[in-house]
Amino acid sequence: MAKGTTNAGATPPPVKQHWANQLLDWVNARFPLTPLWESQWGKYIAPKNFNFWYYFGSLAAMVLALQIITGIFLTMNYKPDAALAFASVEYIMREVPWGWLIRYMHSTGASAFFIVVYLHMFRALLYGSYRKPRELTWIFGCLIFLCLMAEGFFGYLLPWGQMSYWGAQVIVNLFAAIPVIGPDLAIWIRGDYVIGDATLNRFYAFHVIAVPLVLIGLVAAHLMALHETGSNNPDGVEIKEQPKDPATGLPLDGIYSHPLYSVKDVFGMTVFLLVFSVIMFFAPEMGGYFIEYNNFIPADPLQTPAHIAPVWYFTPYYSILRATTTELVYVLAAGLVVLVGFYWREIPGKLRPIVLGATAVLLVGFYFVEAKVWGVVLMGAAVLIFFLLPWLDRAPVKSIRYKGPLYKCALAIFVVAFLVLGYLGTEAPTEMFTRIAQVGTLLYFGFFVLMPWYSKVDSYKPEPARVTK
Amino acid sequence: MKRLSRILVVAALGLAAALPARAAETGWKLDRAEVDVADKASLQSGARTFVNYCLGCHGASLVRYNALRAIGLTDEQIKDNLMFTAEKVGQPIATALTAKDGKAWFGVAPPDLSVIARSRGADWLYTYLRTFYRDPSTATGWNNAVFPNVGMPHVLWKLQGERALKTEEVMRDGKPLSDGHGGTVQVSKLELLSPGTMSALDYDRMTRDLVAFLVWMGEPHQLARKQLGVWVLFALTILVFMTYFLYKSYWKNVH
Repeated sequence: MAKGTTNAGATPPPVKQHWANQLLDWVNARFPLTPLWESQWGKYIAPKNFNFWYYFGSLAAMVLALQIITGIFLTMNYKPDAALAFASVEYIMREVPWGWLIRYMHSTGASAFFIVVYLHMFRALLYGSYRKPRELTWIFGCLIFLCLMAEGFFGYLLPWGQMSYWGAQVIVNLFAAIPVIGPDLAIWIRGDYVIGDATLNRFYAFHVIAVPLVLIGLVAAHLMALHETGSNNPDGVEIKEQPKDPATGLPLDGIYSHPLYSVKDVFGMTVFLLVFSVIMFFAPEMGGYFIEYNNFIPADPLQTPAHIAPVWYFTPYYSILRATTTELVYVLAAGLVVLVGFYWREIPGKLRPIVLGATAVLLVGFYFVEAKVWGVVLMGAAVLIFFLLPWLDRAPVKSIRYKGPLYKCALAIFVVAFLVLGYLGTEAPTEMFTRIAQVGTLLYFGFFVLMPWYSKVDSYKPEPARVTK
Repeated sequence: MKRLSRILVVAALGLAAALPARAAETGWKLDRAEVDVADKASLQSGARTFVNYCLGCHGASLVRYNALRAIGLTDEQIKDNLMFTAEKVGQPIATALTAKDGKAWFGVAPPDLSVIARSRGADWLYTYLRTFYRDPSTATGWNNAVFPNVGMPHVLWKLQGERALKTEEVMRDGKPLSDGHGGTVQVSKLELLSPGTMSALDYDRMTRDLVAFLVWMGEPHQLARKQLGVWVLFALTILVFMTYFLYKSYWKNVH
């Protein structure tokens, strides 16, 4: 027998794989680890023209991780007990090794989270990221924003200082304004007739487990939905519709996000951490905005502070609440009538009776239900109205780069109104401040309710086929 | 959009500059307390004043006696000079006055002073401790310019002496100056009635040291925080450069 014939049919000896690859194969045979990584990030194709505003998504994810990790360590020494809570926070600040660092990371992280998320949302307004086909990504994002507000609100009670206590008192009392069931509802939420130990315990439960659990699920959904449709970009160009580059097989303006955006986001994270550290190490109270001075006075149910201000990230909405006086409700009633008349021809015939009925009910409500209740409704509506954006915007293009002067003005006015409302919410109300807040409230809602109109009549430049630099 | 991001940075800086300052509710101008929490002699002097004059009514129950090691004292020095209300150096700096007695005697229980500097601010405390004046209309015979009708009497009066509040109209060309709302512009001053055992300068120094001690107690790790912060910023700055060049080198072929 010739040697050549015996070897011809045999398989070549198997290449000895590295043990890590063997382990990966073992896992992949049982769990789609590699496909999951590749679909979510490893082989995700993103537009190549992301700018400054596209850093804030990954930064939000990083701050979420920071909050969860520091939060775990805080729970190890914090006591959710009305008699012990305040002192336990100071115990963390003084006696727990590195406790002060963990606590300042968490308190600065809370404000940083809102800064990053507000900028992330602003990016969506700039470039129309909420538009078709990314409506669900947007809705999951709005739900994350809601969760974040709940998380901030519940967490702020835990240090059990005067602002913790009275801030919670003011917000829970809002529910008492709801007709008929309000007072009982408020007691049910508090578990007591005033904010007390029962309230602290349940807020703690919501803050450390209930809300974070929902939050993490929503973040996963937000990312999966995004990676399904692909990312928008500053030009609003859909790279999935572009022809493929024959050399790479990628859309003409698409690149692999890993490692390109991985390294870019890591750079963004280090810059963020630098700014974050300046605040955390040198001004952790941030002049009373991140940690309010009065919150160093232990909660006292018998002494109402002269001026109760929520933390800065709630103040735009708090301003809207306070601005809703009987006068503003009349303006709202008039505005509603004008709005229905204005959009009348656009409302489908079948819907017209429903719209008329709803308007009538609201008008009766405006007249008979006290303004305080409408303040609560408006505050809620101010947050929830973000959900409707994909359907309010009728522009033929996504990005502000190709939108006309109407949208540019509307967005600028909205941002100014938001900032002014935010500032006013930190100040004690005066007659003039209330007037300004009322104008701000109308402008805030005007951005949304007039969008179907101005986004239709605005002038537009054609969207390019390729992204620009 | 580069322009927009630049505007954002400028706006953030502007906001930082506009941070609210804590002022007295009365409008009395607060004096600046030049406290230095790195000055251990100042903190030790403040600690001595604190146990001698404050601890009778106010506790600092979130702080242990042996925490004072951080301001340069040994356990022996703490035991021999500062511990009147405790037996072991590991015990908290608590007052012997009960909240119930405090309320009965002063109308309100004297607050714990552990974090008082963080709610009031150093300038307020410094001004408060130096603006007590005689007022026969109050229960204690004392009143205060930044905290009207305060329940606390002027504990340090033998040191500072007695003063009275004088309010007078501002004169211009021999006539009272109008405030534009039908009234006149008035200005309040504290005038010495009888001197205390300390000169005004020594009294200011003593209260400054006391406030420094209160500021230190409010956050004992504040110096360590800033010292660590310098190193962290240094390391992060290097990291920013490194990640920037990493990012640019990966992106050099993306056009």
